[in-house]
Amino acid sequence: MIESGIFYIFATTLVAAAIGVITFRNPVYSALCLVLSFVTSAVLWILLEAEFLGIVLVLVYVGAVMVLFLFVVMMLDINVEQMREGFTRYAPLGVLVALVVAFEIGYVVLRDAGAQPVKSPLPAEGYSNTEALGAVLYTDYAYAFELAAMILLVAIVAAISLTMRKRAQVKFQDINKQVATRAEDRVRLVTMKSEPRQ
Amino acid sequence: MNMPDFTHIWPEIFVASMACLVLIVDLYTDKRREIVYWLSMLTLVGAALITLSVPAPVRTLSMSNTFVAEPLTDVLKMVAYAVVALVFLYSRDYLRVRELLKGEYFVLGLFGLLGIMVMISAHNFITLYLGLELLSLSLYAMVAFDRESSISAESAMKYFVLGAIASGTLLYGMSLVYGATGSLDLAVVANSVSANPESMSLMIALAFLLVGIAFKLGAVPFHMWLPDVYHGAPTSTTLYIGTASKIAAFALVIRLLAEGFIGLETAWRDMLMVMAVLSLAIGNIVAIAQTNLKRMLAYSTISHIGFILLGFVAADTQGFQAALFYTIVYVLMAAGAFGMIILLSRAGFEADELSDFKGLNQYSPWFALIMLLLMFSMAGVPPLIGFYAKLAVISAVINAGYIWLAIAAVVFSVIGAFYYLRVIKLMYFDAPEGTPSIDAALGMRVVLSANGLAMIALGVFPGALLALCGLVIPVGLR
Repeated sequence: MIESGIFYIFATTLVAAAIGVITFRNPVYSALCLVLSFVTSAVLWILLEAEFLGIVLVLVYVGAVMVLFLFVVMMLDINVEQMREGFTRYAPLGVLVALVVAFEIGYVVLRDAGAQPVKSPLPAEGYSNTEALGAVLYTDYAYAFELAAMILLVAIVAAISLTMRKRAQVKFQDINKQVATRAEDRVRLVTMKSEPRQ
Repeated sequence: MNMPDFTHIWPEIFVASMACLVLIVDLYTDKRREIVYWLSMLTLVGAALITLSVPAPVRTLSMSNTFVAEPLTDVLKMVAYAVVALVFLYSRDYLRVRELLKGEYFVLGLFGLLGIMVMISAHNFITLYLGLELLSLSLYAMVAFDRESSISAESAMKYFVLGAIASGTLLYGMSLVYGATGSLDLAVVANSVSANPESMSLMIALAFLLVGIAFKLGAVPFHMWLPDVYHGAPTSTTLYIGTASKIAAFALVIRLLAEGFIGLETAWRDMLMVMAVLSLAIGNIVAIAQTNLKRMLAYSTISHIGFILLGFVAADTQGFQAALFYTIVYVLMAAGAFGMIILLSRAGFEADELSDFKGLNQYSPWFALIMLLLMFSMAGVPPLIGFYAKLAVISAVINAGYIWLAIAAVVFSVIGAFYYLRVIKLMYFDAPEGTPSIDAALGMRVVLSANGLAMIALGVFPGALLALCGLVIPVGLR
């Protein structure tokens, strides 16, 4: 009973926060709403006894990704006025699509409403979510796990190759050259014949 | 706990390790990057040799049933190696004269190939999706490769945003499938789908999956990104997207629809039928209005995708065989056609306008002939191989009982012949503008000629390739 109460409180917060993400005009508010929705969905995970996933969601998404995201959003100079343009123009189409999707989802939900819900099995004694995840992640899904690693590698290669460049006109220090420089490169010793005093 | 069977997965392991090796070697090479190029080619040859040395005569599952090896996967992988080798060979000089010859092009190309191989061998929704993402991420970066060009950045952005939506749709469909069947294993899903063909949630999952597939294939009405990306990307990348990634798209369709959702065949057959006819119509008609050859070929791709989908509409062994045959033939034709654009391009000049092909016959009769073969083959003129590909698909469609579809396909092909013939008219009956010349390397000339001549060689002897397609898609598949 209390469990479903917690679920409904956090689920409502989650949906409200998700709506906030797409409706706030200030991108900083949107990002903060996204943080809220991550935290509330982490609570839902924990409610399902998937503690590890819940904690990882907070640590990785809220702790690392979203903070970085907020930094970037705050550094960008976003013209809010410009973003408001075209809202009324596209609103009717958007509403139409939303209605169609809502109808479809409602149809499916109501159609299967009478069906008996599947009860989730009770976890065994001494069950650990982290252990269970680790056990399949590195055995049954080892192949998928390695592929995910490959995707991350490609993302790094792609990001670096698209952003790192040396422009010819930019002046920058070449530390190697500075360290390796020798006296001869900088000072030219010239021997001159001494001239007689006039 | 026993070790998984690695026998059939060695090609993937080899390509992945070599791509990492190329990435490191690239740090220590000079500007010409000969060693990076040859190492990439060596990877492809090595992967082909490994695939040949560990053939899978029967369907074999490994890696906890997430990986499948069968004759079909071997053939598709061999085609993928050959096509990527062609892409690398055609692109090298093109990239060099534009100062784009970086090791990352080859590294991303190899990682993309890995993604294609993973999709070909996927037996689980997770691996299928991961392979698709691996391929797509590599492609996004390759489209944006020319950082000085704003049109290339724009098309990369479009590709990225639409590709992300498509991936999201596909993933949503997959999660619905998981919700309905409780498994991501293709065989388990297939059983569960056949057991509940009436399930509404599976129908909705199927719709989402099909939208994702159509996006990735570029079938109408999800085709809008294709012309812009083909046009905006460097021609070397267009070559990769237009050829190698189509093999992956074929694998995606055959795994999801012909394997996972064969129980809902009647449902996806109707959806594919609509998309196939629209693709044929819009692809062929809009291509007539194009003045840019890359855009024209993009619309021509859409119409060829329509033909491949027609093979799936037949939804029987013959149809799948025809679709496989068409895919292989199309990939070879597209490689040649984009290769011709690269051949005529020089430093600071893209030969991607139709007018750039004016009078090609006057200064290079040989390559005018090669282009003629490629265009006639795309149009489906006998005795070139493109004709047999269309014939195979149409006869499969007729055998499945869709006479009107076959008639529509023929009518739109005839309309499509117009713009292929226009290229030939420009080459043979117009005078060249200025004094163009062809200054490509010998290797490129030889291979491109072989590519063009293959159209007629395969066209005269289509039996071997047809027999191969019949062999790898046995009657038992469905």
